[in-house]
Amino acid sequence: MIWLGIALGCLGCYAFKLAGLSVPHKVLENSRVRRISALMPVALLAALIAVQTFTDGQRIVFDARVVGLLVALLAVWRKWPFLVVVFLAAASTALVRLAFGA
Amino acid sequence: MTDDTTSHLHTDEDQRWPETKKGIVRDAFGVALATGAYGTSFGAISIASGLTLLQTCILSLVMFTGGSQFALVGVIAGGGNPVAGAATAAMLGSRNALYGIRMAALLKVKGWRRFATAQLVIDETTAMAVGRHSERASRLGFYATGLLLFTLWNLGTLVGGIGADFVSDPKVLGLDAAATGAFVALLAPQVRGGEAWAIALAAGAVAVASSPFVPGGVPVLIAALVALAFGFRPGTNAPKDEA
Repeated sequence: MIWLGIALGCLGCYAFKLAGLSVPHKVLENSRVRRISALMPVALLAALIAVQTFTDGQRIVFDARVVGLLVALLAVWRKWPFLVVVFLAAASTALVRLAFGA
Repeated sequence: MTDDTTSHLHTDEDQRWPETKKGIVRDAFGVALATGAYGTSFGAISIASGLTLLQTCILSLVMFTGGSQFALVGVIAGGGNPVAGAATAAMLGSRNALYGIRMAALLKVKGWRRFATAQLVIDETTAMAVGRHSERASRLGFYATGLLLFTLWNLGTLVGGIGADFVSDPKVLGLDAAATGAFVALLAPQVRGGEAWAIALAAGAVAVASSPFVPGGVPVLIAALVALAFGFRPGTNAPKDEA
């Protein structure tokens, strides 16, 4: 049963990846499609960040992760390198959990 | 990037290319390293969820899209039906189709290469490809990140799976926030100007607000509507292509 889930999941995920890449060239030349596809990564990445930070399953929560996000935003604003941003987000979240046991 | 713009920038771009190239590869390595570290937590969580090491490694090799992998093992860990888990994973992975549309315009891959390239279309590779000044920089960003990340994500999964007992709770090390930090760093260069900020904030708000009402993975897709709404706003012209 687990193998079936793995097989179907892998198939579904790959199909989506391939589908996007296979959109005909003519459609891509449409200015509206170009504009929307340029905006899409911004919306999806922002949504991922928000969901990863403010939800737990289907609940909206505010916990140590909020601190991690704020620290990451600060680090990005200061134009610190990628790995520093990642490290600070993880470390600050871990420290808040350690301090407050959350 | 239109042909017109390319010819304008050509010499200047050529001169700076070695430096640009080095910078892109360095960033790609950074992204891959961070994701690889996160991969260890996937390996550990997957084993803790009841999957075997082989199943865990196959997920990272074949599914190769982090959010979906976590969703599948999460459903299995919660005693859910693996097929329902597969549906959740696919739903989460559907955003890669939207990234693919963007990448199709930038990468222009044909023939068998399209099938291999498709496997690499994920959050990180897309983020590293967009917002570049030339198509070859976009391609380098995409493929360098894709290949390095694929290697380290799978290595991380294996290490985490074997050492499952040591990192079984990624929260203790803040590894869940590491992923968020990575996404913030990837998103930041793309959020220039008021419209991008508005889209990012609106998308985040819509995703969080909708999450109590829909299954996991769906809020992010609902947030895609924000990009659609902005894209269809009257009076906006298509950009010259900022990639």
